[in-house]
Amino acid sequence: MLDGRGEELRDRSVLIMTNDQFTAAMALCELDGIARRIVLYPPDLAADHLASVMESAQVDALVSDRVSLGSGIPCIQSFMPSAERIVPQNSDRSAQVETEWILLTSGTAGMPKLVVHTLASLAGAMAGAAPAKGVVWSTFYDIRRYGGLQIFLRAVLTGTSFVMSSSTESTAEFLSRAAANGVTHISGTPSHWRGALMSGHIQLLRPECIRLSGEIADAGILRQLRSSFPAARVVHAFASTEAGVAFEVDDGLPGFSAGVLSGTPDVEMKIENQTLCIRSNRTARCYLGKNAAAVRDKDGFVNTGDVLALREGRYQFVGRRDGMINVGGLKVHPEEVEAVLNRHQEVQMSLVRTRKSPITGAIVVADVVLRARAENDGRDVHEIRNDILGFCRGMLPSHKVPAAINFVPALAVAESGKLIRSHA
Amino acid sequence: MTVRSEIISQFQQVAEEHEKQLPPLADDLELFETGLDSLCFAIVVVRLEELLGVDPFTSSEEALFPVTFGEFVSLYEQAAG
Repeated sequence: MLDGRGEELRDRSVLIMTNDQFTAAMALCELDGIARRIVLYPPDLAADHLASVMESAQVDALVSDRVSLGSGIPCIQSFMPSAERIVPQNSDRSAQVETEWILLTSGTAGMPKLVVHTLASLAGAMAGAAPAKGVVWSTFYDIRRYGGLQIFLRAVLTGTSFVMSSSTESTAEFLSRAAANGVTHISGTPSHWRGALMSGHIQLLRPECIRLSGEIADAGILRQLRSSFPAARVVHAFASTEAGVAFEVDDGLPGFSAGVLSGTPDVEMKIENQTLCIRSNRTARCYLGKNAAAVRDKDGFVNTGDVLALREGRYQFVGRRDGMINVGGLKVHPEEVEAVLNRHQEVQMSLVRTRKSPITGAIVVADVVLRARAENDGRDVHEIRNDILGFCRGMLPSHKVPAAINFVPALAVAESGKLIRSHA
Repeated sequence: MTVRSEIISQFQQVAEEHEKQLPPLADDLELFETGLDSLCFAIVVVRLEELLGVDPFTSSEEALFPVTFGEFVSLYEQAAG
């Protein structure tokens, strides 16, 4: 793929910045064990971050299928135009290095964080996975994100076929192509799935296994997937770029049973200040860059920032520690309110956000996408709003019930597949 | 609907949602006597902004929270005027 020039990239820190996902996949296969470091640049990441990413990762070589990289790009020692043509590579692999794989995640101030993994930590959850016959994997994620990379590596390491998504395709086109290629296993975030369920093309899929990760899988989405695909196994996994893959839940219910905490092989978990902390050989090693924070604490645990609550013997994810809304001193996690909204029969998806209040400091409001229904085009919106509010009041204390509900045609989902939340 | 009738309607709706008994809304009624708590007032303010397009509390830094129902109404009437 690199026209036999892969050897030139030995021991270099190589930035992979391609428009085409398949080209990036080929470069990963070719450079692991050769390059000192490979940096996966997500296709949607703003080019203004490029210079700082290159500096932090000490990038000295670039693989790209782009004609122009934009202005203000630092000088580079080696530029490797990539071709789609696949040729046998001639790199000497007798002295392999343990290549660092750098994944970028969005930080709080919009600056991406550079997360250091190795093939061993990324593939930790697949140890001992047997080649699977008849399985065709796919994912809504781009493979340059942790969730997508997991599926790509699973396919490569178990020798199964893999249908990649494409940023140039609509959800409907992707679903049609996935169905035409006989996809049996498919993964995405709950937001990916909520979007897919709004497309009529979802009915083309005949999945054996549906996998959710990256966001909280609430009762509403699990129920919708079960009723759309009664024959499929619906699994939700807990994984993050920093904490790695921790565990899977396949009993069809939100949250996880308390036994998972101590009974997961190869992964140690504990709860500190209601937050899930994870130690395993699948966690990231560190962040790169000047003044970078530590990924692990002194005991090697990664704090996931995900807040848990124990309810009737089962742990439920209630939200992110840094996304909390403070309503007159009372804490509200947007996700716990969304989980209730999403259970209402008229609600397709929802986003709960904070609004300034002169009285309580902040107050909870919700943006709601209603389910498409042919027969109730003439729905009384006022009545639906009151019904949803009544439903929330029956299940939530009053400070968690949205003060206002706005009906919106769609919600913004980031390229990472997660709902875009602005922390006001 | 006038600003006043919109406000009365929101007080009534929020009181009903929170199962509170609302006394007659006379101008000299002090807001704390309405039986509504701070969360209820926060909700009223959000909903009035949606209906009237104004939030007199955040649009002016000096706005003091009114004491009586009459002051509450005139604050909105001025802001919406």
